[in-house]
Amino acid sequence: MNETSLATAATDSAIGAPVFNIQRCSIHDGPGIRTTVFLKGCPLRCDWCHNPESLIGRGDRWTVADLVAELERDRPFFDASGGGVTFSGGEPLNYAAFLADCLDACRERGLHTAVDTSGFAPSEVVCDIARRTDLLLYDLKHIDPTAHEARTGVANVPILDNLQELSGRTETEIWVRVPLIPGFNDDEENLEALASVVGSLPRRHPVFVLPYHAIGVDKWRRLGKEPPAETFRTPGDDEVAAVAALLRAKGLEVCIGGAYERAS
Amino acid sequence: MNERVERLRRTSLDTEPSISIERGVLMTEFYREHEGRLPAPVLRARAFHHLCSEKTVYIGDGELIVGERGHAPKATPTYPEITIHTVEDLEVLDSRPLTRYRVGFDDIARYADEVIPYWQGRTLRERCLDALPKEWHDAYAAGIFTEFMEQRAPGHTVADGKLYRKGLADFREEIAVVLETLVGDDDETRARRDQLEAMDIAADAAIVYARRHAAFAREMAAAEEDPERSAELQRIAEVCEWVPEHPPRDFHEALQGYWFYHLGVITELNGWDAFNPGHLDHHLGPFYERGVADGSLTRERAKELLGCFFVKFNNHPAPPKVGVTAAESGTYTDFANINIGGLTRSGEDAVNEVSYLLLEIIDEMHLLQPSNNLQLSEKNPDRFLRAGLEVIRKGYGFPSVFNADAVVKELVRQGKTVEDAREGGTSGCVEAGAFGKEAYILTGYFNLPKILELTLHNGVDPRTGKQLGPRTGEAVDFADFDELFAAWQTQVNHFVDIKHRGNEVWERAYAENAQAPFLSIITDDCIAEGLDYNAGGARYNTSYIQGVGIGSITDSFSTLKHHVFDDGAMSLAELVEVLDRDFEGDEPVRQRFLEMPKYGNDDDRADDLMVRCFETFFEAVDGRPNLRGGSYHIDMLPTTCHVYFGSVIGALPDGRKAGVPLSEGISPVQGADRKGPTAVFTSAAKMDQLRTGGTLLNQKFTPQLLEGTPGIDLLLGLVRGYFAMDSHHVQFNVVGADTLRAAQADPDSHRDLIVRVAGYSDYFCDISRELQDEIIERTEHQGF
Repeated sequence: MNETSLATAATDSAIGAPVFNIQRCSIHDGPGIRTTVFLKGCPLRCDWCHNPESLIGRGDRWTVADLVAELERDRPFFDASGGGVTFSGGEPLNYAAFLADCLDACRERGLHTAVDTSGFAPSEVVCDIARRTDLLLYDLKHIDPTAHEARTGVANVPILDNLQELSGRTETEIWVRVPLIPGFNDDEENLEALASVVGSLPRRHPVFVLPYHAIGVDKWRRLGKEPPAETFRTPGDDEVAAVAALLRAKGLEVCIGGAYERAS
Repeated sequence: MNERVERLRRTSLDTEPSISIERGVLMTEFYREHEGRLPAPVLRARAFHHLCSEKTVYIGDGELIVGERGHAPKATPTYPEITIHTVEDLEVLDSRPLTRYRVGFDDIARYADEVIPYWQGRTLRERCLDALPKEWHDAYAAGIFTEFMEQRAPGHTVADGKLYRKGLADFREEIAVVLETLVGDDDETRARRDQLEAMDIAADAAIVYARRHAAFAREMAAAEEDPERSAELQRIAEVCEWVPEHPPRDFHEALQGYWFYHLGVITELNGWDAFNPGHLDHHLGPFYERGVADGSLTRERAKELLGCFFVKFNNHPAPPKVGVTAAESGTYTDFANINIGGLTRSGEDAVNEVSYLLLEIIDEMHLLQPSNNLQLSEKNPDRFLRAGLEVIRKGYGFPSVFNADAVVKELVRQGKTVEDAREGGTSGCVEAGAFGKEAYILTGYFNLPKILELTLHNGVDPRTGKQLGPRTGEAVDFADFDELFAAWQTQVNHFVDIKHRGNEVWERAYAENAQAPFLSIITDDCIAEGLDYNAGGARYNTSYIQGVGIGSITDSFSTLKHHVFDDGAMSLAELVEVLDRDFEGDEPVRQRFLEMPKYGNDDDRADDLMVRCFETFFEAVDGRPNLRGGSYHIDMLPTTCHVYFGSVIGALPDGRKAGVPLSEGISPVQGADRKGPTAVFTSAAKMDQLRTGGTLLNQKFTPQLLEGTPGIDLLLGLVRGYFAMDSHHVQFNVVGADTLRAAQADPDSHRDLIVRVAGYSDYFCDISRELQDEIIERTEHQGF
């Protein structure tokens, strides 16, 4: 940690950031066994959101020091599995300074880090965070700006621009993650556009197809709210396989689910 | 599995377990004539010789490895010199719905006529029970501890590699050499001479027994019409003429040779955990390599022989207890537990091709017996662990996984040389031992939470009103938590004292009246010392007391500390009243108890108390001397005793209601762990497991969580991570749809059940009914 970031850490340590869940033994958010930190708040309003807790209610404020100490608890399992820590949300870039300090502290301690982001943030923030983390889990929901805005509340232009920038101007490993939502983004047109966007990036990045599941609806109801949109359909295994095959045919490296299948 | 092995396996599975009275009748015959006329060890050895000379020789259709414990597969002998079944016992065994043993009507009549009258009142069990003081009987009846040796002999032991380098003829030579050095006619020298003579007789007995198999195989070969089978029988005859008298020359002889030792040990006495080949892959490795190199053995043939060998274990249901009740289930498992992997004597990775062959056999045959485990060292390759995890994932409940490096450290701490420790491993459930050199004897389970119940009632057992422990204070007397904890420590020490004194009665009885001369031959250094296995002849002599309910006791103290003393939410006297009412009308109070910090969540507020409880038990037991020149240590395992121990305790401060099972092994209280497996492992690793001789941790998973490479990666990371923290053992249970349905019906007992919900994992009891139903459907789909 350099002196500047130490100074920021001191400020952020006092205030901290709101965390709505710390999930240990997570195996779907990057390589190996991980502890995933879910930060509150998100600039997007995705109709299928599977973490509505990030939008509703309050989280516990954690300081950098306390949080990193908590993350240390599963170190033997990180070491044994090639795992580490994932910051997710919500949108973790909402707390860029706090996140930067957490990432620096983890790097200092030799903990592998990943940041799970929508990419919807100013380009300099995204690139700064990228340089401090070992892995970005970068969500691509739809390639068409209008369709994207209709279902998430924001246009995807900065998201696509940032991805281009990250691929070209940083060396951080990037896993592109696509939540596969039947009727929204599983049409051939979108998939081909997706393949073309990812395929023409400066570096090669694997694509993780994450089949939509109704767990979000379940969670909304547990929180006492109705989900914002009609229930989406869970894609069948064969549909997911067909999507993966289509993307592979376009020359992409594709995994199904959030964990890296070395066999695939 | 080829057709032969499949057929043998099927026969073994289809044959109903039964009681064989043959051993009981032969022993009675012999004892009636000779008891009191021979020195005790010689009497034992000659009785064993009589058994080996007279018992039925059985060679089954298609078998390649031969020899049975009873007169036929699945027939279990009795051991009347230790304990005698009554007519009623036999009738119950024959008719109870669970773990039934068939007993023929004529056999019951003959047993009643010839066997029971001779032994009644003079079995080792009855003599010991008569000699034990009232304090022991009271504590035993209250369920404070159990007694391992009341129905079965000390065993828990395992063979090492010398059986593959030497034959009984070599052991007899060693015996003769030591006998020659014995001069004089004092009591001690005479005792040694008797003991060595007994070993020599026992060695001869096993040779006689093997030769009878050879003769029978020749007879069968002559009468056999199928020339192929006839040749096989000829070969069996040659093998049985050679081993165990001489060291085995090939893979087949190595297996058959071991099997005769196995039969000898379990015919001589009904020792705990039968007997065990230990590191079978280490022992067979050289024979396998040599056979494959010179073309006399193929991988398929080796696998076929191993398949035949495994069936033999499954043919041996455990000897059932006496005093059985119709409701009691028990188990057929006799706990022979094959070790795979681990380290060589010089500390190198011991995994070889036979390790992988064994895993294939285990997967394909998935028999109840033999039990099997991975000895996992950090020196063993991930390929080996992955191969094992592939089998575990199928949901058989085995192999279990042991930390070979921790086992070595545990044994070295107890005073073994590092080489002997590496040659050791684990047997029975989880017990560490120096194979071939140690008599490590489990003496009984110890009910830690029951002692808290007594402490809360000033030493009185609330079930009976009896004053069992010292008066350490009424509930109103305790000013702070530490005073209460100290009172519990006093009670723990008191009952360990009673248990220890009681153990000496059993230990002496076995040393003086139930020698094991055959087992002594193959346990270093019984020959050199001229001492029996049961009398301290082994190089290492260990006694264990096994602590039960560490999760329950920890969580109970957590409520007492945090709710009663720190928060002052209620007085201790009020809490005791609530417990005495079994939470009747106090459900809100019980819910508050359930919210207290719990062991298994990597929460130091609870885990620190676990460490204090563990240290208390450790200090109370570890280092006490036993009568065999060794000392006491602790294990933390319950087998199934947490159920019985729970049945004798009223409500506990952790929120558990009266009669409910205690926590199991070092696992958290059922449903108390809410932060996933890594938090459970981290909590458990705060126990200094290296100062035990074994701990047991169970983890449950649903099949979806273990799918594909990520599933294996997860298990691998969990095992390696847990073992990096010097922990001893873990076993993974893959649960099926039945368990999930049970969790729907009774969520409180299944709060820890994690399921994978498509790319996402959650606690099963936390998700909606609809999702639960969907997961149940998916689980059923996978065939569990």
